[in-house]
Amino acid sequence: MIEVKDVHFTYPTGVKALREICLAVQDGEFVAIMGQNGAGKTTLVKHFNGLLKPTEGEVFIDGVNTRNLSIANLSRKVGFVFQNADYQLFCETVEEEIAFALRNFGFDEKTIKKRVTWALNLLDLMQYRKTSPFMLSGGERKRVALASILAWDPEVIILDEPTIGQDYHQKERLRQFIVQLNTQGKTVIMVTHDIEFVADCSPRVILMSQGKIVAEGVAEEILTNVNLLAQASILPPQITQIFLNLKDLGLPSKVINVHEGKKILLNFLGAPA
Amino acid sequence: MSVFEGLRFRRVSSPIHKLDPRVKFVYVCTAFVVAVMFNELIPLLILFFIQIPFILTARVQREWIRSMKGASLLALIIFVTNLVSRYLYTGHVWSVPLVEYSLGMTFRFIVLVESFSIFFLTTSPDHLSLALEQSHVPYELCFAFTTAVRFVPVLAEEAQTIMDAQRARGLELDRGNFIKRVKNYIPILIPLIVNSIRRSLQLAEAMESRAWGASKKRTNLYILKLRGGDFGIILFSLLTLSIAIYAKRYILIPSIFAFLPI
Repeated sequence: MIEVKDVHFTYPTGVKALREICLAVQDGEFVAIMGQNGAGKTTLVKHFNGLLKPTEGEVFIDGVNTRNLSIANLSRKVGFVFQNADYQLFCETVEEEIAFALRNFGFDEKTIKKRVTWALNLLDLMQYRKTSPFMLSGGERKRVALASILAWDPEVIILDEPTIGQDYHQKERLRQFIVQLNTQGKTVIMVTHDIEFVADCSPRVILMSQGKIVAEGVAEEILTNVNLLAQASILPPQITQIFLNLKDLGLPSKVINVHEGKKILLNFLGAPA
Repeated sequence: MSVFEGLRFRRVSSPIHKLDPRVKFVYVCTAFVVAVMFNELIPLLILFFIQIPFILTARVQREWIRSMKGASLLALIIFVTNLVSRYLYTGHVWSVPLVEYSLGMTFRFIVLVESFSIFFLTTSPDHLSLALEQSHVPYELCFAFTTAVRFVPVLAEEAQTIMDAQRARGLELDRGNFIKRVKNYIPILIPLIVNSIRRSLQLAEAMESRAWGASKKRTNLYILKLRGGDFGIILFSLLTLSIAIYAKRYILIPSIFAFLPI
């Protein structure tokens, strides 16, 4: 469980990135943190594995203050997948890349081998086992980065902008994968701009603006609240926009799922679903 | 990374910022030459303090202090190395001149960082490029130089992100013996270098697509012109240089301990 208590954070340059953040993420929850550029989303999640320590206030991971633990120690529990895979890939082979973190955490060679194979299979990278990560395409590199984090099986997985630069097909696979991780009991926290992706995942949504949490709640409530979204400079999902415009026909306005929307419309038109 | 922080230009208006970049460069060169001329502590200390008014007029003291803090570790290394090697060289005797000599060497470094820091903190990359160009340096060279300067902060920021990413994978930078610690930086350096090369290729493509180098004769919107203050600085630089040369040739520079009650 992650508890954030009255956290303020100011960068050494004097930029106030977080103000009065209070937040609790339960084990096994699926959370999306949304907001415009510079809202403090990434700064907030960097507090969860100790990369940043609050200027004021405290962050507790499973009851332990992050000030008292090293980043390596916290990372064992909280896996952080960075936005840009190019910031972490450096090994000669994909296999080595995935084993890197496992070695840092002191797993024995036998376990490392097992975990690497497991992670390669999980993300469908087996054929690239001996390939240099620099030879892979952007999407594949992102998967290698993800595999290198999942390999040590952290309880919490933080994904920073996982959908950037991914085509629709890859996004759909990623979504299924994330949902699957979550059903297996992992806490998933994702930072994103991609409202359609969030609507498809339907997690708990935390909306940030100018370093503050402006709203939080289930996706159906937040993503259909036009005023709130405008505050964070976000447009509602397209399906929601349709239903907001059809309100005067007596249709429900809190729709974020395309399939659900289709069902409602067909019902309304009297066609067999 | 704070050393680079001290080299990052911020747009402020001050008499020092308004000076002609070529003149500032003359001044930096003078500081450089004088600093290299002397081994003794006193002239280097004078050179150090003489530059403080510039920093205050330019109102960059906060950034300047940050860059000096960044340089302090290196300064310490220089001090210790000099102290130890001199000690071994001069026959294993600890003496006051030994310390003074090492301090002098350290201050030489500090003075160099100081003057370069003033130059970069108060000169915009655009001005720098303009100055080089109008000193008839080939445009390709000017461009390469300003691009390099311009990308230093970008690189520093990127290094920080890479460090974060690798730390999140359990890398502990300051663990192990010396060799291990150096090795710890491999996961930082490889992505940094690879990304830089990638970026340079992208930059080249972006520039080609904007017709870089299409016309041989370039014109400038701004033409640099020397003004009153500029001549003042040139005069000041020349004066400093001549005093330094005179002092070097004709004056026996006393030890600082001649003035201290030890």
